[in-house]
Amino acid sequence: MNLNFKNESFRDDYTFKNSPESIRRFPFPFNEDKYMYSVNMEPHVPAGPAGHAYNNAIDVDEHFVAEMRDRALVLKEDPLRYLALPHMMAAQWDTLELLMENQAASYPEHFTLEKNGDQWHWINRPMGIDQIFTFGDASTLPMEPLEYITRQAQGDFVIVDQRDGQLWCDAGMVTTQADWSLDFDIGMNFHEWHGPVPLAHEIGVFDRALKFLLNLQQGKPVRRLNWTMTINPRLDTSPENYHKWGPDRATVTPENVGNKVHLRCELQTLWRLPRSNAILFVVRCYLIKMEELVTVPKWARRFHRVLRDLPPELVDYKGLTRYRPTTVEWLAKFDDGQPSTPGIYPE
Amino acid sequence: MLVAGIKSRPVYGGLNVDIHARRHLFALEGEGALALLDQLKAVGMDVLKTADILYVASGSKAEDHDRTLAALGADSFWLAPTIPVLLNRFHVMLGQAHMGTCIYVAGTEGFIGQAQQAAMNHGVDPASVHSEHRGSAARRVQCVHCKGITDNVTTSPYTCSACGLSLLVRDHYSRRLGAFQGVCIDAEEPGTAPKPEELFP
Ligand code: HEM
Repeated sequence: MNLNFKNESFRDDYTFKNSPESIRRFPFPFNEDKYMYSVNMEPHVPAGPAGHAYNNAIDVDEHFVAEMRDRALVLKEDPLRYLALPHMMAAQWDTLELLMENQAASYPEHFTLEKNGDQWHWINRPMGIDQIFTFGDASTLPMEPLEYITRQAQGDFVIVDQRDGQLWCDAGMVTTQADWSLDFDIGMNFHEWHGPVPLAHEIGVFDRALKFLLNLQQGKPVRRLNWTMTINPRLDTSPENYHKWGPDRATVTPENVGNKVHLRCELQTLWRLPRSNAILFVVRCYLIKMEELVTVPKWARRFHRVLRDLPPELVDYKGLTRYRPTTVEWLAKFDDGQPSTPGIYPE
Repeated sequence: MLVAGIKSRPVYGGLNVDIHARRHLFALEGEGALALLDQLKAVGMDVLKTADILYVASGSKAEDHDRTLAALGADSFWLAPTIPVLLNRFHVMLGQAHMGTCIYVAGTEGFIGQAQQAAMNHGVDPASVHSEHRGSAARRVQCVHCKGITDNVTTSPYTCSACGLSLLVRDHYSRRLGAFQGVCIDAEEPGTAPKPEELFP
């Protein structure tokens, strides 16, 4: 597949938008007209209509180059977005291998990986990178392997170590997050880093999810969708910068809803890593503005109903309080009251 | 009492002196002195022969706990003028500690957090450190924006001692940092921060 990489921004003048193909490949996170937390994991196997975000194990799209540029800007301002505890080196190499192999296999026009024993040759054409290195020898790369490869792969990445029947957040590259801090959470376990999430602990979601993940098998990745909303197409909605992007939430008016308000979907995939036995958690963020979303009538209808009936605890936790009423009102115009068809794909 | 139900906050299970340990290393702050005194009533004074006690009085100077501790006749007793000075000494003693040394920490939560951090830096599993909360419920808080740490926060919101933003104290605790998280309270409408409320007296 030959991708047309766009020159666009996720800050300041916010020129990011989706092409019509990019809209139709959006991983819409609702398969029914209401939403509540659940243990929503399924095997991560290729799925969906041609071109959908589920087609490839590691998804690369038209926003690749612009997203990598935004990541570099975030890291320049705040190097603490990349952190790895010392015992995670084997897992770093596991991750580098997984991402290079998958990107090269699915997008041979754009990425090439040649292996000759430990001597690897990696080519990333969209970013103009050509690197020969020794697999397992960090001194042959310009930076640690996890930082190196996640500066060339879309999405946030967390590696969790498995010890004592728990998962531990021990390494990560986190620059496109929905309001959580890696620097604060690193070293925590599954229940601790999920501490602030409302309701889900009480209904047993985290106990069951943890049990499931502890048994995750190599070669059998799983996926789940998570979502929130963002004003302006901003990738870096970190708590670190909340005082900079928070004011945007007060700028939504009935006139600008369609352009300013975005549904933010995270395609999360979980992979058991071969050498370290750690788990790689990939959080790939997709943004779609309301004007784009309503070009798919099923999505317009359904998102209107989901947002209108969302439990108050989730409204509060996701930070939607200020602009939800205006957005629901705007979306109502696109809800004809018809039943909505099952599944997440566009009709 | 500290409020329960914060999933990321450690549980401070009590000093619970282990009489079978070869040595005992106590780091105590303020009212934390009473945690040890209460324990001695239960397990007897014998443990003191193999005990090193570090103490800082902090807000409890008037109580004279330092004199009571000094009079116990522990193998060593050392009074520090401030928490950072105590932690320096604690750090050195952890480096010299032998296998079979049991580590005990008692005092305010900010102190426990920093002492546990020191232990973690010496490869000690924080779960194996015996800890007991005593004294005020004040919190040690990290500003998520500038990363500056403010000690002894008793209100929410509070003003970050480093960058001056008005911060809400979230019920989210990092053991690695030994601190709660502070997040700008009026980011969405600057200038609308509510008055600080005394929540952690
Ligand atoms: C093992 C890898 C995972 C990591 C590193 C991770 C990390 C996180 C983090 C950092 C948050 C934000 C918490 C905050 O507010 O500070 C979060 C939220 C959440 N996580 Fe996870 N998570 C993982 C796996 C899962 C799984 C398997 C589930 C399945 C049920 C799950 C369910 C949730 C839910 C429901 C939320 C709240 C999301 C929202 O309403 O926006 N997580 N996760």
